[in-house]
Amino acid sequence: MTGESLYPRLEPLLAQVQKPIQYVGGELNAQVKPWDDVAVHWALMYPDAYEVGLPNQGLMILYEVLNERPDALAERTYAVWPDLAALMREHGVGQFTVDAHRAVRDFDLLGVSFATELGYTNLLEALDLAGVPLHSVDRDESHPVVVAGGHAAFNPEPVADFVDCAVLGDGEQVVGDITDVVAAWKQQGRPGGRVELLARLTRVDGVYVPRFYAVTYTGDGAIAEVLRTRDDVPARVGKRTVMDLDEWPYPKQPLVPLAESVHERMSVEIFRGCTRGCRFCQAGMITRPVRERTITGIGSMVEQGLKATGYEEVGLLSLSSADHSEIGQIAKELADRYEGTNTGLSLPSTRVDAFNVTLANELSRNGRRSGLTFAPEGGSERIRRVINKTVSKEDLVRTVTTAYANGWTQVKLYFMCGLPTETDEDVLEIADLAVEVIRAGREASGRKDIRCTVSIGGFVPKPHTPFQWAGQASADTIDSRLKLLREAINSDRRIGRSIGLRYHDGKPGVIEGLLSRGDRRVGRVIERVWRDGGHFDGWSEHFSFDRWTTAAAEELAPFGVDLDWFTTRERTEDEVLPWDHLDSGLDKEWLWEDWQEAISEEEVGDCRWTGCYDCGVCPTMGTEIQIGPTGRSLLPLTVVGR
Amino acid sequence: MARQPDGPPPPPTVQRLRLRYTKRGPLRFASHRDLARALERALRRAQVPMAYSAGFSPHPKISYIGAAPTGAASEAEYVEIGLAERRDPEAVRAALDVSLPPGIDVVECVEAVEGSGSLADRMEATRWRVDLAGIEPEALVAAVEAFLAQEAVLVAKRTKNGTKDVDARAAVVRARVSGEAGCAILHMVVRQLTPTVRPDDVMAALAAVADLRPPTPPRAVREAQGRLDDSGDVADPLGPDRAVRSCCQEGRAQV
Repeated sequence: MTGESLYPRLEPLLAQVQKPIQYVGGELNAQVKPWDDVAVHWALMYPDAYEVGLPNQGLMILYEVLNERPDALAERTYAVWPDLAALMREHGVGQFTVDAHRAVRDFDLLGVSFATELGYTNLLEALDLAGVPLHSVDRDESHPVVVAGGHAAFNPEPVADFVDCAVLGDGEQVVGDITDVVAAWKQQGRPGGRVELLARLTRVDGVYVPRFYAVTYTGDGAIAEVLRTRDDVPARVGKRTVMDLDEWPYPKQPLVPLAESVHERMSVEIFRGCTRGCRFCQAGMITRPVRERTITGIGSMVEQGLKATGYEEVGLLSLSSADHSEIGQIAKELADRYEGTNTGLSLPSTRVDAFNVTLANELSRNGRRSGLTFAPEGGSERIRRVINKTVSKEDLVRTVTTAYANGWTQVKLYFMCGLPTETDEDVLEIADLAVEVIRAGREASGRKDIRCTVSIGGFVPKPHTPFQWAGQASADTIDSRLKLLREAINSDRRIGRSIGLRYHDGKPGVIEGLLSRGDRRVGRVIERVWRDGGHFDGWSEHFSFDRWTTAAAEELAPFGVDLDWFTTRERTEDEVLPWDHLDSGLDKEWLWEDWQEAISEEEVGDCRWTGCYDCGVCPTMGTEIQIGPTGRSLLPLTVVGR
Repeated sequence: MARQPDGPPPPPTVQRLRLRYTKRGPLRFASHRDLARALERALRRAQVPMAYSAGFSPHPKISYIGAAPTGAASEAEYVEIGLAERRDPEAVRAALDVSLPPGIDVVECVEAVEGSGSLADRMEATRWRVDLAGIEPEALVAAVEAFLAQEAVLVAKRTKNGTKDVDARAAVVRARVSGEAGCAILHMVVRQLTPTVRPDDVMAALAAVADLRPPTPPRAVREAQGRLDDSGDVADPLGPDRAVRSCCQEGRAQV
């Protein structure tokens, strides 16, 4: 009997764990469909804690898209915390979905969305708890097909042994295609077993089945070649791209949890893709081209979503929201619509641009005016040219000062440390900048209580970016630069006390680097770490650097490579990269040229405004830029929620 | 010097409504904070014209009263809300009930009578029902008798500042046992003291005095809370508000 609820057996365990509400489901707008009414059953997993996974837009979209199909159902599952995992093992309760508490083991497919590589150990934990063999080759027809998606799936090689397939690019359409293939195969009586099903899935655009590709290595440890083991699978797998976002207004019914989550607001994606060309940004590189949702499409999603959720805040989401061609009008007209309703609107991601302060003022008209965030990313003008995020120091200070002058008292500035070609001086300029911002801000606002928080992350080079060849800065390098920066900020207490510094040590970044640019050999390290008790690697209280370095040293030694080989080593132009057979549309030669231009501090424009510079995506994928302005506008709503 | 937000102050409260709601089924695992979040969002979805506090961060006027602990079910949770426009209490109850997840059911809504005192002050005690699977009623009877015979039974309670001993015995007004073979049921009226004595604390006391240790976690339901009446039972806390209106209101909800 499959599809049965595990809840009666789970419930007594929930009385013994922390925050049990995260495991009971029943969120507003959650759906439970009868098991036997549909042909194809999807379990969708976000491989982190519920509070992080629930707000994930990607998972929410796929959940709704799949449940709209009459022949499919989708339920959600998240990483369970160690306290419950131990009880589940003790009492023989398997990994379950939160919707109907069905065993993940019973589903046809387990889709896992990897926003970050640090979720890999949680996949192994979930598979083990579910009673699904860890390795793809050990599974039979009765086991779910494990599908990896999300940005990290653009290099799924480190988890190639554990997943059955990886999906590249936008998920809205491809999940339907996969559902069709599985439904037909089941309806025909599962001909050819699991291998035949996987072979059929390779005919779906965007689906990569690692087991049909063999990797060989050269004597020095590099990849010699990646070859197909069957003639009927594609030599290169290309990503999927959804065109016309207005046709995909998901989530229409955003999930609202009872439990607290990391984003206590609803989000509307106002465009997808980004062509600003920031060289560190994998998201911007792999999601090209820019496809805008229209102002009217956004207006109706905000309206429907607020009605469906009761949230007090709407985030207008994208990789660089102020770049929407009609953002000024969107901000003003949405604020007009929700005047007097205590509804807040926010732009979660903004570039350093005075225009963004105007936007933020507009958006905060009805809600709370808390903090503003800007992301200069690099401390010096020189390093900002390297990463192609050009903004002059004067503009930066002027923008932040404008924010203070407009009544914002908290400004957060995001930076990265460990960028290619970076020196101590580049990082120390962050301190100068922060000091100047506070000085100018105090003067402009006439207030002493303004604050500036400098938040710094270690840079991790990612596949499918111009920095994919770069040597990653070591943890020691990062830590010593952050130490210098902290001393510089604290050197003048009168100013320094208005500056907050938030950073993490460089160690987790090194492991993220290993997993980001790793190849199939890294799978052994992941498995070893999980076997030694590793999971929740995105959480500092669970992450163990020593466990990772020990596992890496021992598991990689037989191959003649090590942690440094994967992280701090700079790659050469002719090296075969583990993800070369996976096609984001970016021309590898263009990426290399962009890498060379980065080193020589040359900038590149944005193809929305300066013309095409042949990155390769549109012609390869058959896509095009979709931007406004549409010339439409948002009419006032006749009935507005009070 | 505190800055003042621009614009006129928010409209004042013109009506206060007192609601009783439940925490049933899986929703017993909701914490007080979870319920508060759910209720605030439901009020917005239900378009209840809430009164808001003034200031830069306006909050809807909601007073929560004595929430049952996480993991305990309840038939008697209470909240008071302030409205900026008058509404029919029953219409608010129905709209809010539809907007909340199944298991959080709004079962009563009455208008607060001015001068009838605060709702929180009426919450003197809770009537609990605790199901103990795997425990025979006779065993529970013996344990409860041993417990009631004590002057005081101190149990260690986790608080924000480490552990603290509380007297579980002092809080228990009365206790009685029912049930069937294999599942004893404890019925008790527990006084609301500070720090609160919860069913878990009473279970810890029963373990201490009679070594009663259920094989699975007990399931507690708060059946009622309110003023302690002369018979040692719990009175309807909305009674004083209802009494004034009962002459003109038909078919009031059952308690």
